[in-house]
Amino acid sequence: MILAGKAALVTGASRGIGREIALELARQGANVAVNFAGSEAKANEVVDEIKAIGREAFAIKCDVSNVEEVTEMVKKTIDGFGKLDILVNNAGITKDNLLMRMKEEEWDDVININLKGVFLVTKAVTRQMMKQRVGRIINIASIVGVSGNPGQANYVAAKAGVIGLTKTTAKELATRKITVNAIAPGFITTDMTDKLSEEVKAEMLKQIPLARLGEPKDIAKLTTFIASDDSSYITGQTFHVDGGMVM
Amino acid sequence: MADVLERVTKIIVDRLGVDESQVKLEASFKDDLGADSLDVVELVMELEDEFDMEISDEDAEKIGTVGDAVNYINSTK
Repeated sequence: MILAGKAALVTGASRGIGREIALELARQGANVAVNFAGSEAKANEVVDEIKAIGREAFAIKCDVSNVEEVTEMVKKTIDGFGKLDILVNNAGITKDNLLMRMKEEEWDDVININLKGVFLVTKAVTRQMMKQRVGRIINIASIVGVSGNPGQANYVAAKAGVIGLTKTTAKELATRKITVNAIAPGFITTDMTDKLSEEVKAEMLKQIPLARLGEPKDIAKLTTFIASDDSSYITGQTFHVDGGMVM
Repeated sequence: MADVLERVTKIIVDRLGVDESQVKLEASFKDDLGADSLDVVELVMELEDEFDMEISDEDAEKIGTVGDAVNYINSTK
């Protein structure tokens, strides 16, 4: 177990990639705060699974784009575990539309959750991590934040923003031994990608050299490594976990 | 006043690794005590803990010297 005794907060952990990250962190020894925005029942399932593994866990409802809720979430996490070693900024939504049809509201909602949310939660945990003189912040970006993708102007802009935010945060916090990295998943099978049309999926599959869709565990395994003490010389990087789609 | 200055001085000495004699009221954290921006943020955090108070980002930006910190703390007491 590479994360024995660590304390982690995973945003958007009730489903999809976030759920698998929370579980894998726990399998590697970490106690995990499971953030959710809407799916309380699903978040509680994740908590129960983590407890079954033998770690501590609790669910915390929080809209990551709301600064008061974020402050409260981070406080509860630190109160609960007495420290915070690992933050995984995973919460995200999509509201896809062609640029010409995209409503201002669709733009704002996605930027607020996917980009501003990362800023707010990161800012909120920084105080604790600076005091500890150690910390791991892992931002779940997306390969489309590197490559662009038609119909996702808001999502792509947010994810590209997360990659830039990762680099700046890494530089600002490096002297305090806090590392900040991003993972850019490709096409991973989750509720979010299930919403895509068969046409879009078939088209994406053609672009994947490893010729399969990714699984949430492909992301979770790398997350646990970056979260561990073994990754202490890695910061400011964006790791593509996409079957070779973007090289 | 003396008590506040003493406690502030101790934090500055611990955090910035400077000699106590350098910690004068007019000393600037950045220019005289070798602090970078992040050091100042951390100092403010420690002052908040030490004096059990919250210093807003706006007020924190105005704290540039040892005297600024001491005066701020005294003004809120």
